[in-house]
Amino acid sequence: MLLLAVDTATPAVTVALHDGRDTVAESNQVDARRHGELLLPSVDRVLAEAGLGLDALTGIVVGVGPGPYTGLRVGLATATTFAAVLGIPVHGLCTLDGLAYAAGAAGIGGPFTVATDARRKEVYWARYEDPLTRVGEPAVDRPADIAEQVAGMPAVGQGARLYPQVFTDARDPEHQSAAALAALAAHRLEAGLDFLPPAPLYLRRPDAQVPKNYKVVTPQ
Amino acid sequence: MADEPLVLGIETSCDETGVGIVRGTTLLADAVASSVDEHARFGGVVPEVASRAHLEAMVPTIERALKEAGVSARDLDGIAVTAGPGLAGALLVGVSAAKAYAYALGKPLYGVNHLASHICVDQLEHGPLPEPTMALLVSGGHSSLLLAPDITSDVRPLGATIDDAAGEAFDKIARVLQLGFPGGPVIDRLAKEGDPKAINFPRGLTGSRDPAYDFSFSGLKTAVARWIEAKRNAGEEVPVRDVAASFQEAVVDVLTRKAIRACKDEGVDHLMIGGGVAANSRLRALAQERCDDAGIVLRVPRPKLCTDNGAMVAALGAEMVRRNRPASDWDLSADSSLPVTDPHVPGTAGEEHSHGHVHDHDHVHELSKDNLYQ
Ligand SMILES: [Zn+2]
Repeated sequence: MLLLAVDTATPAVTVALHDGRDTVAESNQVDARRHGELLLPSVDRVLAEAGLGLDALTGIVVGVGPGPYTGLRVGLATATTFAAVLGIPVHGLCTLDGLAYAAGAAGIGGPFTVATDARRKEVYWARYEDPLTRVGEPAVDRPADIAEQVAGMPAVGQGARLYPQVFTDARDPEHQSAAALAALAAHRLEAGLDFLPPAPLYLRRPDAQVPKNYKVVTPQ
Repeated sequence: MADEPLVLGIETSCDETGVGIVRGTTLLADAVASSVDEHARFGGVVPEVASRAHLEAMVPTIERALKEAGVSARDLDGIAVTAGPGLAGALLVGVSAAKAYAYALGKPLYGVNHLASHICVDQLEHGPLPEPTMALLVSGGHSSLLLAPDITSDVRPLGATIDDAAGEAFDKIARVLQLGFPGGPVIDRLAKEGDPKAINFPRGLTGSRDPAYDFSFSGLKTAVARWIEAKRNAGEEVPVRDVAASFQEAVVDVLTRKAIRACKDEGVDHLMIGGGVAANSRLRALAQERCDDAGIVLRVPRPKLCTDNGAMVAALGAEMVRRNRPASDWDLSADSSLPVTDPHVPGTAGEEHSHGHVHDHDHVHELSKDNLYQ
């Protein structure tokens, strides 16, 4: 097994190669505005470091969000195109699940929250029973509106750091790691569990308003 | 491969997901997935709606184009993609896919300019572009007069709209007349049954002291809206066909007049018209008439190649390969305001992707204006 994992759903541009047991190589950068520029060179670097070509891959893993759309699409367009050219499967995973898996590796066991920055003073978030078990679907909300649901629980992800009044026990990891995402995918593949399609979790409709009518130019 | 490179082009600068494949100046495939219907109820292109549609359509459209062309991706000599100008989020989907595609195939990547592509597409219809080429580009997003001594390296803006693009004016007038979106085709159709001389709408920026090659359609748009409102306020019926014809006449009169003048001033004996508005039947007819009178050869591609498509990107990409222009780097960015003077975005280490070819640049042009047009 050799998986290439990418995730651009958060400010992190993160890429990892995983052989099913261990991370072979990884690249992690945090730059919310340059996903498009940074991703392909990161893939190139990771492969070079491992001394491998894309043709060695058995699958692509991609974080499908939720996340700010423009960056999110960079990873998905890249992953789906790779998979199409190489003729290998692309496995979608919820980005928050990757962070939860990393939280487990960092020693968090019991119930906790994962929250990432959704901008516009909101977070993408989900609650976890344990690092492998999400409670319900990921959502996008104002932190104050979910304060009761997350009270007293540890929380990981940058969204937790941004709103300390709500997430009072913010912990590492702060940023998404493709290595964790790949490890989670390897675990799921081994256990015969399924994946999400490589389609974005937007959670919001596009901002677009149907115009009421054209503006009359003649002074009334 | 040097003379007839096989290139796949990806275009996602607005609401069409286009993938085209060309061999040299021969069109092999032109696959387009449009999200125009999703935008219609908003009365204009909604960037986020367009970006979402691009992502969904990207891989299937590439595969459709390859099938249509009957070629194997492994045989491609390069991948071209619109790097700008256009909607930032929309461009980024195409650029990301193109990079992944080129990288996975081990092919050079060419980030190219959308406007230069609109010009270069005519090579697929009428053969190699004359040098220099005079081009009038008119669409919902742009209205420019461009002089291109070398479409791969030297494109000079002579003039552009100072407010609305020509296609935008069509959309806005269609909205005032409650004809839906997009406005171009429906106004063209209604205008055929109307009198273009019925109402004398203003011709923007055509005074003797106005800039010779710039355009302005905002004043025209307001004048048409006022005229319609006056009719409505007086309780009279609006003669939709005559309004459409007279408005359209005002637009195409200015466009063709200025384009012909630019050809004459610069001593260029042919004119290329591209962009979505080049599909307008009256623009094509009037341009033909005026070019004939002026002894200028008119080149307008078929309507499907005038609107945004992948074939135009592939056409320019093929020219980049043929002229041995340096490929783009893997950190190529989508640049929503890529200047028209940059026909492509060469990498900083061009040799890295050029696969060892070392050719002399066979098209070196003097930068002196006087040497160019002899
Ligand atoms: Zn265009």
